[in-house]
Amino acid sequence: MILNRRHFIGTGLATGAVLAAPTVWGQAKPRVVVIGGGAGGATAARYLAKDSDGALNVTLVEANPVYTTCFFSNLHLGGIRAFDSLQHGYDRIGAGVTVVHDLATAVDRAARTVTLRGGQVLAYDRLVLSPGIDFKDGSVPGWTVEHAEVMPHAYKAGPQTQLLKAMVQAMPQGGTFAMIAPPNPYRCPPGPYERISMIAHLLKAGNPTAKILILDPKEKFSKQALFEEAWGKYYDGMVDWISPEFGGGAVEVRPDTMEVVIEGQAQKVDVCNVIPGQIAGKIAALAGVTDDSGWAPVDPATMQARADATVYVLGDSSAQGDMPKSGFSANSQAKVASMTIRGELLGSKVFAAKYSNTCWSLLAPDDAVKVGASYEPTPEKIASVESFISATGEDAALRKATYDESLGWYAGITADMFG
Amino acid sequence: MRRRPLRLLATITLAAAAQSAAAEGIGDAARGADLFKGQCAGCHQIGNGAANRVGPRLTGVFGRRAGRVDGFAYSKAMARMGSDGLTWTLETLDPYVANPRALVSGTRMNYRGLPDATDRADLLAYLRDFSDQPGNIPEAEPTARKTDPDLDPAILAIQGDPDYGAYLSSECATCHQADGSDQGIPSITRWPPQDFVVAMHAYKQKLRPHPVMQMMAGRLSNDEIAALAAYFAMLD
Repeated sequence: MILNRRHFIGTGLATGAVLAAPTVWGQAKPRVVVIGGGAGGATAARYLAKDSDGALNVTLVEANPVYTTCFFSNLHLGGIRAFDSLQHGYDRIGAGVTVVHDLATAVDRAARTVTLRGGQVLAYDRLVLSPGIDFKDGSVPGWTVEHAEVMPHAYKAGPQTQLLKAMVQAMPQGGTFAMIAPPNPYRCPPGPYERISMIAHLLKAGNPTAKILILDPKEKFSKQALFEEAWGKYYDGMVDWISPEFGGGAVEVRPDTMEVVIEGQAQKVDVCNVIPGQIAGKIAALAGVTDDSGWAPVDPATMQARADATVYVLGDSSAQGDMPKSGFSANSQAKVASMTIRGELLGSKVFAAKYSNTCWSLLAPDDAVKVGASYEPTPEKIASVESFISATGEDAALRKATYDESLGWYAGITADMFG
Repeated sequence: MRRRPLRLLATITLAAAAQSAAAEGIGDAARGADLFKGQCAGCHQIGNGAANRVGPRLTGVFGRRAGRVDGFAYSKAMARMGSDGLTWTLETLDPYVANPRALVSGTRMNYRGLPDATDRADLLAYLRDFSDQPGNIPEAEPTARKTDPDLDPAILAIQGDPDYGAYLSSECATCHQADGSDQGIPSITRWPPQDFVVAMHAYKQKLRPHPVMQMMAGRLSNDEIAALAAYFAMLD
C-alpha cells in the first residue's frame, strides 16, 4: 500500500521520479496542488480535503506563513481595526491539507509539476492557481514597483498597508494625500473609494484641513453615488475626485520629488498612493494560462483554464466574465472548482455551478453599504443574473446593521478559508 | 485497466459542463448589431463618443433613469416617466422597443416597434455591450436572464436531500458560520426544517426585506430549499 506516498520530491531525484509516477487510480491518492493561500486557494484546499475524506492528497503552496486579508485592510487605515485582526495562520486549516510555505516559481504543464523556489518539485493531477494580482509595468508613468516604499500601492495587504497608514499619520497639517486610482479591471472595485473614506476619517480627527485628491482614469466607479453622498456628509470639502475629463486619467508621478503631474502641471503632494493597473499573479503567466489581457480565461461552468483543463484558476487572476475581483468571488469560485475536481478525480456528484458576491464598504464608523449579485454560467462567461445595491439616504440603523453584517461576513469567510 | 478511469473522467467532465451552463445570455449581439444598423442607427448613436442626434445617445442606457441624458430635449411624457422612476433595464426596454407608445404614451420616438421577441432580444444584447460591465461595476444591470425555478404547490411536503443540502450550503457558509455562532449574521443551524423552508420562501417572494437573502433565496429551487433545510437541521 502506498497511501502515504511522498509527493515532495527533492531536486536530486526530481525528473526521473516524477516521470515514473503516472496518474493511475488505485496506485496512489490523486494529487491536487493549490498555489496561493488566499480567499480562492485556502478555500479550495480546505473544501477539497474536507469533502473528500482523505481520498485526495492536497498541498497548499503559500509564500507567507501568515496571511493578511486585503478585505478590511482599509478599516485598519481608518483606525477602526487592529492590524493583527487581519492576520491569519494556516494551523487550523485541517489535517487533510499539507501547507508548504514557499514560492512557486515554475509550472511544467506537460510533466504536471510545480517547482518551488526552495527546489522542491510537486507533481499534480490537478493544479489550482489562485495567485491574486500583480502590477502592470508602465501603468502609471514614473512609477515602478521599486517606488512602492516612497509611493505605496497598499493593494496587497501587509507591510504596504502599515507603511501607507504611517505616511498618512505623518502628513503635515493641511497637507495633500493623492491617490492614483486604477483602471478597470482591478481587485475590489469599491476598494479605492472605501480607502478614501477611511483615510478621510483618519485625517478628520487629527488633520482636518488636509486635502484628498483622487486622480481617476475611469469615468465612473462602483457605489459612486453612495461614496459621494458620504464624502459630502462626513468629509465635506476634503475629497476632490478628478475624472478623466478633468485630467485624472493621464497622470505622471515623480517619486523623487513627491510630485504628481496633471495635464502638464506638477503638483507637490505629501502622500501618494499609487494603485497601478493589474494583471494575474505572475505564476499564472509562467504557467502559460493567461492571454494578452494578462488574466487567465476560464470555463465559466467549472473555473478550468481555457488553456488546460487540468489547471483551475480562481479569484482575481481569472477572466471569467461578470464577477468582480473580490475575496467573496474567489471563495465562491473555489467551491465550484473543488466540487468539479472531486468529480473528476473521485467520481463524486457534480452539481450545476452557482456563484455569488457581496462587497461591503465602510463609509464612516457604523455606516456601511453593500453591493452584490448572483451569477450563473453561460457558455461564454459567468453572467450576472441579478444585482442589488444599498440606496442613498438610508437611515443610520440600517447602515449600522449593514456594518454588523460585514463583521459577521469577515468572521464567516475567514473561518471558511482558514478553519 | 489504465484507460478506463481516464475515459470515465472525460465523461464526467462533459456531463458537468453540459449540466452547468444554466443561464441564458440576453441574445445574439452580432445579429443585434445588424438590427441596430437597420432599425435604430438613423436616429441613435451608440459607443465611445456617441452623440445625441434625433434620439439620445444609447451608450450606458442600461441602468439609466428614463429621460436623463444630458443635453437631450425629451418629451414631457418621457421626462415624467423618468421622474416617476422608470429605469431602463432588460425588463423595461423590451416592451418599449416592442411598442414605444404602449409604454410611454407621449414619447416623441417615432418608431412602430419591433414585434419579434428574438429580434428584440438580439438587439438588446447588442445595446447591453455598451453599458456598465458588472465585472467593474458589480451593481450594473445583469447581462443574462436568470433561470427561474419551477414552483411546486406541495412545497412543504418535499423531502430534502441532505447530501445535496451539504453541497449547496457551501454558499451559506461564506457568511453563516457552520458552528452556529452568531456574529452580525444570524445562526441558521438546527432550525426545524419547516421553519427554514417558510423563511427561505419568504425571502424568495421578497416578503422578508433583506436584499442579500432575497437574492440568495431567489435563485434556489423548492428542492434546493428543502435540501438546505434538511442539511442545516441536522448540523450539531
